[in-house]
Amino acid sequence: MSAISQETLKKLDIEAIRNEFPVLHQEINGKPLAYFDNAATTQKPNAVIQALSGYYEGYNANIHRGIHTLAEKATKAYEATRVALRGFLNAKESEEIIFTKGTTESINLVAATFGRQQVKQGDEIIVSGLEHHSNIVPWQILAQEKGATIKVISVKENGELDYDQYLGLLSGKTKIVAVNHASNSLGTINPIKDIIKAAHEVGAKVLIDGAQASAHLEIDVQDLDCDFYAISAHKFYGPTGTGALYGKRELLEAMPPYQGGGEMIKDVSFEGTTYNDIPYKFEAGTPNIADVVAFKAAVEFVSNTGKPAMAKYEAELLQYATEAVASIKHIRLIGTSPNKVSVLSFVAEGIHHFDIGQMLDARGVAVRTGHHCTQPLMDTFGIEGTVRASFAVYNTKEEIDRMVEGLERIVKFMK
Amino acid sequence: MTESIEEVQNKIIEEFSILDGDQEMTNFYIMELGQKLPEMDEADKTDDNIVKGCQSKVWLTALLHDGRVSFLADSNTAITKGLVSLLVRVLSGQTPDDIINTELYFPQKIGMDRFIGTQRSNGFAAMVKQMKLYALALKSKAEA
Repeated sequence: MSAISQETLKKLDIEAIRNEFPVLHQEINGKPLAYFDNAATTQKPNAVIQALSGYYEGYNANIHRGIHTLAEKATKAYEATRVALRGFLNAKESEEIIFTKGTTESINLVAATFGRQQVKQGDEIIVSGLEHHSNIVPWQILAQEKGATIKVISVKENGELDYDQYLGLLSGKTKIVAVNHASNSLGTINPIKDIIKAAHEVGAKVLIDGAQASAHLEIDVQDLDCDFYAISAHKFYGPTGTGALYGKRELLEAMPPYQGGGEMIKDVSFEGTTYNDIPYKFEAGTPNIADVVAFKAAVEFVSNTGKPAMAKYEAELLQYATEAVASIKHIRLIGTSPNKVSVLSFVAEGIHHFDIGQMLDARGVAVRTGHHCTQPLMDTFGIEGTVRASFAVYNTKEEIDRMVEGLERIVKFMK
Repeated sequence: MTESIEEVQNKIIEEFSILDGDQEMTNFYIMELGQKLPEMDEADKTDDNIVKGCQSKVWLTALLHDGRVSFLADSNTAITKGLVSLLVRVLSGQTPDDIINTELYFPQKIGMDRFIGTQRSNGFAAMVKQMKLYALALKSKAEA
């Protein structure tokens, strides 16, 4: 943030932003909703909702093959999202953007195509101890199939990766390094540029799980020099069920197709099939057209609001919440890296996280409880799960005050 | 004289009606009930005694004494412990037949679905099912 001058930061009008999100204006259990489960999924602005209904009301048609006007309009809108994502990720070309169901499918696609093609018996795949299950399990399936080994980057007590230990894991055997840009459970932002550079020095390719980074951090896949970058639309104000995989052209071209049928073919005969060019080679079947179309509105929402300004505001919320929650007796923060996206994870001594989640819900405060699909990470900390409050640009300090007040009451009652 | 299942259910419904649907107070009250649950022996908290289908851990055992079933229960979360304590209160001290044949109506009357959500509701149903299975097993054993 320090490199960005104050002039370039837009002044955010939080009330105006909140007004763009209809779902926020409701009561839960008689109390105003405070939605702090943004790391799981963010709420959607009017522009996204209208783009969705606009497609169905105005030009619902299948894409790429139709000659009629609606098909042309739908195809243009669909492809416009690809162009918008090229800009969002700063990919060299829009052909390097493949639409998927989301981050999980993007990772599975790479594991099932690039991974299956490149990984051989005795090879090694490196993942980090901070990973979501969806950046662990596809690699385990691949490793099992190929007789490869999974190596894990250790997590330090404050929730940061042990970079020196990572360097020790790298060798000529390393084929893939799969690491998240930011942790969904703890918020830790990983030094992915260094991680990528070090992996490339031993000839390994790198996949970045960008699910948690996309709403908060500037992403420049060319500057990072990552080989693959996976995102989900719903993590940054877009619809569920769609996302994207960025891959370097030369890698995507060399990879075998993922699924067969529909748009991924060039010619089919019973003697054999030739495959389409990228990105269509990886987009079999009728895609989730409506949501891909609305995805563009989410990209525009983030771009127009200004990611640096959003990140600055969210950092203020995180700091405010961290100080307030840490000051409550019997509460312990999990993940205290100085470099975090707006995720606050904590446990309360002797109080189960489910109970805290349910008690906060009674006050209209929505937090996440549990292992957050990162069971190995929870094992590292010797806990079953945490309470996780994750903030978005529409959250306010007043909402955080309500959460803190609720937490204080719970601790007082139960201790 | 042991109160009938119906009598205990009606008392619970009355107690909850005083809370007037206030979610937070209801949760606090349920947790308070859980705190009053007689302690379960640590030795009984085995994997075999865990109720399957609950998101939280719930341990449940049962004994037959003078033709009536006694339940012992515990949970690793306070709210679930309170919920299972309600069931122990309703079904402990009853005959196996009464337990097997009862249709519990108090959860619906106190609006349990509304304040515990779907996942915990499913867990609650699993607890009821397990208690009926215990009653059936104890009855069969006694008749054998």
